[in-house]
Amino acid sequence: MGGPTSVQATGLLARVTVTPKRGILDPQGKAVQQSLHALGFPEVGEVRVGKYVELRLRDVDRAAATSRVQAMCEQLLANGVIEDFRLEIVEGAG
Amino acid sequence: MRWGVVTFPGSNDDRDMLRVAERVLGDDGVVLWHKDTDLQGVDCVVLPGGFSYGDYLRCGAIARFSPVMGAVARHAAAGGCVLGICNGFQILCEAGLLPGALVGNRGRKFVCEVVTVRVETSETPFTYGCRRGELLDIPIKHGEGCYVADEATIAALEANGQVVFRYADRAGRSVPEVNPNGSLANIAGVCNPGRNVVGLMPHPEHAVDRLVGSEDGLKLFRSVQAWLGMRQAGGRREPTVVPGP
Repeated sequence: MGGPTSVQATGLLARVTVTPKRGILDPQGKAVQQSLHALGFPEVGEVRVGKYVELRLRDVDRAAATSRVQAMCEQLLANGVIEDFRLEIVEGAG
Repeated sequence: MRWGVVTFPGSNDDRDMLRVAERVLGDDGVVLWHKDTDLQGVDCVVLPGGFSYGDYLRCGAIARFSPVMGAVARHAAAGGCVLGICNGFQILCEAGLLPGALVGNRGRKFVCEVVTVRVETSETPFTYGCRRGELLDIPIKHGEGCYVADEATIAALEANGQVVFRYADRAGRSVPEVNPNGSLANIAGVCNPGRNVVGLMPHPEHAVDRLVGSEDGLKLFRSVQAWLGMRQAGGRREPTVVPGP
């Protein structure tokens, strides 16, 4: 490895969580909720099922990584009409 | 006229649409590959049904970045006709050429049946030959056909007459009982503000022969022929005043 700038030797890992926007119908979440109730977990309230995406990043520092992954989420990984996303950048993609 | 039908990896209704163009309508059908950047002068582009890119990530999310979509967007911006059927509708929404999005059916099941849709406006190229309130029997077959958008978007669609088709019963009432997928306001199809881009979940290309149940889908395609003829004759579109049911 070894890019031109301040590259993390171990690389960075972006963790992106995409969830259905509040108010958007989530049939999967509903089905999971009903199954959990049937299994004897009546304490379960609303369930929302989303997606988890891991991205290993190269040759980018943490500050740039955040804005780059933000752009990736807005352009492709999440659809802002129906989904929200959260992202987290951690060290050590390995 | 010339119909362009885009094949994405995973499209599976492209051949049906080409057959309609060539053998049923007697027009020219142009095969467009998703990597094409030239629409070869077609009058109308159809994004067909199927499972482009395996529906990975979200239905239509990957296909919208295909090279051909830049040309489709330019065609639409220039006032050209664009029709998205089922997965094509999903792609147009992902591309931002149509408002809203399509999510998993409320009943969690894939639905495959003939439904009745009510034509809500004749002011699109695809409904130009229909009456407002006319009922069409057209098949649906999808797992992610629940149309959603935020309240403001739905209100704007209703105010601008951009809802083109609504699921209805045989009496023409858009009641919840006949909503096959949970779509807001029973919406089955919408158009853009310019009215030249239309997307719908039902498959008009599968309803072109009484032998297989219905030929109501033909009305959409014949509408485009008539609309283009009217345009070429220098005609103007007058507001429709036929009252709904």
